[in-house]
Amino acid sequence: MFSVAVTKRRGSFVLDARFELPTPGVVALFGRSGCGKSTLVNVIAGLLDADAGRVALGDRVLLDTERRINLPPESRRIGYVFQDARLFPHLRVAANLEYGKRRAQGPGYVSLDTVCGLLDLGALMDRRPHQLSGGERQRVAIGRALLSQPSLLLLDEPLASLDAARRAEVLPYLEILRDQLAIPMVYVSHDFDEVLRLATYVVLMESGKTIARGGLGEMSLNPDLRSIIGADAVGAIVDGTVLGTDPSSGLMRVRVGHSELRVQAASAAAGAKLRVQLLARDLIIATQAPQHLSVRNILSGVVTAVTSDDADSDLVAMDIGGTQIMARVTKAATRELALQPGLPAWALVKAVSLRGHSFAAPAAISNASRDA
Amino acid sequence: MMWLSPSEIEALSLSLSVATRSVLMSLPLAIPLAWALTRRRFVGRTLLDAFVHLPLVLPPVMVGYLLLLVFGARGPVGAWLERIFGVELIFTRNGAALATAVMSFPLMVRAMRISLENVDRGLEEAARTLGAGAMDRFATITLPLMLPGVLAGAITAFSAALGEFGAVITFVSNIPGETRTLPLALYTALQTPGGDAAAARLALISFVLGLSGLLLSEWFARRVRRLLGH
Repeated sequence: MFSVAVTKRRGSFVLDARFELPTPGVVALFGRSGCGKSTLVNVIAGLLDADAGRVALGDRVLLDTERRINLPPESRRIGYVFQDARLFPHLRVAANLEYGKRRAQGPGYVSLDTVCGLLDLGALMDRRPHQLSGGERQRVAIGRALLSQPSLLLLDEPLASLDAARRAEVLPYLEILRDQLAIPMVYVSHDFDEVLRLATYVVLMESGKTIARGGLGEMSLNPDLRSIIGADAVGAIVDGTVLGTDPSSGLMRVRVGHSELRVQAASAAAGAKLRVQLLARDLIIATQAPQHLSVRNILSGVVTAVTSDDADSDLVAMDIGGTQIMARVTKAATRELALQPGLPAWALVKAVSLRGHSFAAPAAISNASRDA
Repeated sequence: MMWLSPSEIEALSLSLSVATRSVLMSLPLAIPLAWALTRRRFVGRTLLDAFVHLPLVLPPVMVGYLLLLVFGARGPVGAWLERIFGVELIFTRNGAALATAVMSFPLMVRAMRISLENVDRGLEEAARTLGAGAMDRFATITLPLMLPGVLAGAITAFSAALGEFGAVITFVSNIPGETRTLPLALYTALQTPGGDAAAARLALISFVLGLSGLLLSEWFARRVRRLLGH
């Protein structure tokens, strides 16, 4: 369990953050630029002092102002990947990595070889930081932080200073870390796409406050998200299971709830988990089983809630067999179809976006990451 | 060095020896002081800063006189040094080194501070999150990154020490082979009837020495910059 409850005042800005989340897993701190995400991360790392509060990781208390506990950053065993990498310019890559490794406290769980393998650092070892690309620099910074054997890894917008191509180059490495190491991570971002690909839990922040928290699927339906990412980006994130490939169309059959979606995707083995986003604007609601339609992806379920989205439209939440989805319809449609909780309904899916593979937070360190 | 006369060689090597001692004396004090003045906020910081800079604005003769009062044979520190360590400063090259160290100290601290201000504190924070304590951080991150400033400071102070006149002649007098450095030898030559030629030669030696120092420091700064990728 990773629990944070801290307050800090900086001029007129007030940070008031509290959340409690199971570990391991990736917590995305998500909010607009300037909402206090970086301040919060610095408080967690101990680089900024909180006015009051408590930070604990499992039964290890890092900060407790009431009990006058305030571990300095060097004793917190928190790895920190900064937005600007902050590699030591006078040291080669190998020495940068060594710097974290030599000062590691507590039990070691990743070796230099493992980290180099996971992050593909082998070819970079003899270079100096100024000879690296932005993406390579971030990979080295991540490796350096990991080798200090931290019990928590903070990543403060590690991709924000990279262009789109570099970002696409580094993201897969972060997914690998998430899937292969059991280290809890806090991932700060103002880019919802990154959150969708990496997060297991989401903490929403707005003007210094944590306003909502929960699992990614649950948070994708949270009404507070809309004001941050915009109405068009709102939509349920659902975890689906690959059933196989449809031989006639070549599309992948994915089970979602008690229905099935056909998705254009690189083939994955049956049983693999896929994370899928169904944007609210891409769903059409029907109150009778649809027939004679070109749309092939149809999810059946029950309306669970109808909430007003803006002056003209409503958001209709549906349960499709233990999984929640959300569709945007006009208020006129709500009236004419008499949409209300309890009504059986069908959601016609115009488009499905794949958001990487889904995963279960590993319960223990996998063999691949254990020191030989 | 057959084109130099024995007395010129004596003055030159004495100057180098005094300047080297002077830099070695001030370095261990200047580095922590530069760090404290740049990175720490404490009561009396401004006063300390002003005190460090005093030699720049005081007449060198007055600095020499103050040194005489404090470090002289009957001065509080001078008498103590002689009694405990048997160190004599007055009329010795160590005394000359002390006088030049005091005079060039502000230049040294200044160069270090400029370079320290350019050291990204984010790197020290990064080192902290990797488990490096205060001394560790200073030794492995801050000091190596401020090294250009330390070297620039040392070279500047060395060059200034070669040229120091007023404080030296007041504190340790003008003794051939012990305290008569290049500028003092030059002054002595000028005071001697028919010493014009000797003075010109000494002036030329000082000129070449100073120029080489500047070129050397520039070459070094460039190398370090390339190493750090600036």
